[in-house]
Amino acid sequence: MSGRYRILLPVISLAVLLAAVFYLQPRAMSYFGLNLLFNLAVPIALATIAQMMIIMVNDIDLSIGTFVSFSACVTATFLNDTPLLGAAILIAAILAYAAIGALIHLRELPAIVVTLGMSFVWGGVAVLLLPSPGGAAPGWIRTLMTVKPPLVPMAVVACVLIAGVTHVLIMRSSTGTLLRAVGGNTKAVARSGWSVMKLKAGAYALAGVFGVLSGMCLVGLTTSADANIALRYTLLSIAGVILGGGEFTGGKVSPVGAVIGALTLALAGSFLSFMRLSPDWQIGAQGAILILVLAVRLVFSRRGRKWKGAENG
Amino acid sequence: MNIKAKLMAAAALAVFAVPVSSLADTADKRIALSNNYAGNSWRQAMLQSWATVGDKAVEDGVVAVADVFTTSENQATEQAAQIQNMILQGYDAIVVNAASPTALNGAVKEACDAGIVVVSFDGIVTEPCAWRIAVDFKEMGRQQVEYLASRLPDGGNLLEIRGLAGVFVDDEIHAGIEEGVKEFPKFKIVGSVHGDWAQDVAQKAVAGILPSLPEIAGVVTQGGDGYGAAQAIDAAGRDMPIIVMGNRQDEMKWWAEARDANGYETLSLSIAPGVGTLAFWVAQQVLDGADVPKDLTVPFLKVTQDSLDEALEATPEGSVANVEYSLDDAKGVIADAQ
Repeated sequence: MSGRYRILLPVISLAVLLAAVFYLQPRAMSYFGLNLLFNLAVPIALATIAQMMIIMVNDIDLSIGTFVSFSACVTATFLNDTPLLGAAILIAAILAYAAIGALIHLRELPAIVVTLGMSFVWGGVAVLLLPSPGGAAPGWIRTLMTVKPPLVPMAVVACVLIAGVTHVLIMRSSTGTLLRAVGGNTKAVARSGWSVMKLKAGAYALAGVFGVLSGMCLVGLTTSADANIALRYTLLSIAGVILGGGEFTGGKVSPVGAVIGALTLALAGSFLSFMRLSPDWQIGAQGAILILVLAVRLVFSRRGRKWKGAENG
Repeated sequence: MNIKAKLMAAAALAVFAVPVSSLADTADKRIALSNNYAGNSWRQAMLQSWATVGDKAVEDGVVAVADVFTTSENQATEQAAQIQNMILQGYDAIVVNAASPTALNGAVKEACDAGIVVVSFDGIVTEPCAWRIAVDFKEMGRQQVEYLASRLPDGGNLLEIRGLAGVFVDDEIHAGIEEGVKEFPKFKIVGSVHGDWAQDVAQKAVAGILPSLPEIAGVVTQGGDGYGAAQAIDAAGRDMPIIVMGNRQDEMKWWAEARDANGYETLSLSIAPGVGTLAFWVAQQVLDGADVPKDLTVPFLKVTQDSLDEALEATPEGSVANVEYSLDDAKGVIADAQ
């Protein structure tokens, strides 16, 4: 029961917001409009999936925003000028992410502190790579991000693809089950003979992969990079995971929900902009939407528990 | 005259009248301002100027709307989304003060492809399809030395107060000052401190370096630091050099007081927050079909001995001298660039 609610609520909130946006701005109800509305949500969705990998193993990642910025800088510089070296740097960054995961597990460090520290490292390296904004998106990424598939715009295709792939990976594969188990009950996983360190490193590596993809997509959309380009993704991604039905306690995540959560957050900004709300109120209003959705979820989950109690009793 | 002749005359009149009444062409056009930040006095003055000029233009029927949107987090990705929303909202022109010179290029390109005129100012964008109204900070530094040369034909020692280290604007103004000193070799920079564009930081920095300096004839600044420098030099009991000011209210107030006391003379120059209104008129001109070069330069707002009282009176306490640009100013800037 509760599993179904987990995905139902994000879907409903997205549908309601989308209906409101279409009502306010009928022009958005087109191939062109949908693409404009959602194309910048694609890198947010990828960053949200990256964050979800970390939240899944009961940690939190405060460095994802700067990591995406760093990946964007590498993409706009090395990956464009010397593709092999660029790819090597990005792979090294993913390995670094895995190493951080292993370190956090081995030394029993609080992830929130380690990733906060790492956020300064990624941010610093990004500034070193690109002291002043610039660089250029590699042609193939630009082509990929501006491709115009028939009937459905790129942004929607990409989001469905991201949701589908991660759903199979996390919810359907045996590795995914194990990874979720690490967040749900670490001891049980360890006792049944699995290496928790390897699994955690794997989850962090996956987060690194999606972080890199997010940076690449972002550069494909913006055409060039800036060392501070994605700082807000850190909080957006956490909000996206929670909005999409994930929980901080680990193990309970929903990849499809996370993508929808990211889309909802992106749409909330557009909605407020179309409402012509004064910018002074926009941050507050964005927060209010978030709280509203979470409050509704709380009501649902309480009621769900009551029903369960009634069935048992 | 029969009806046919009247109609003919009317038609002839219309044909001749159309190219003349250029304003009417933009009466149904909608212009939006995409602003990334509103958290300091300069930006507040900028928004206020935009509202004044924009509302007047709407009232006069020059344009249909002149809306303002400010992003809440001063982040490039947020502003890119904002610009994409503006495309959907069907604006004819978007005026941008950008959070990043490059990170908005994708969104700006989308806007251009949708047939929207994009004019960036202050925080400009590098996307070639957009217009840029840039500040020539280098020239701002050079002109300070030029002014000092006109006042002090024999040259002398200069103290340079720089801005925030590592910021592009600081490097540019500094380069301009170096250029000016090369041009007028009788001047020599004997000391340089960072005042971070803040009067308290500048005061401390200048007070620290003063004891090690010979006699100073002039102080070249970057704005926001002149008042602090004057306080420090005054406290050290030194003769007051010519301090070039930066249009801040406290600087102009000090200058006016010194002028009344002992006839102190100097020059003050900076960029007026009203540059947003210049961008507004440039956008209007582009919509009107005028041939506008892609790169334009903002004129400096200079306060001289003659205009000091007027500027001081018009500037609220703690703010910066401002000017709202008119359509003719915009035409002048466009003509200069051609």
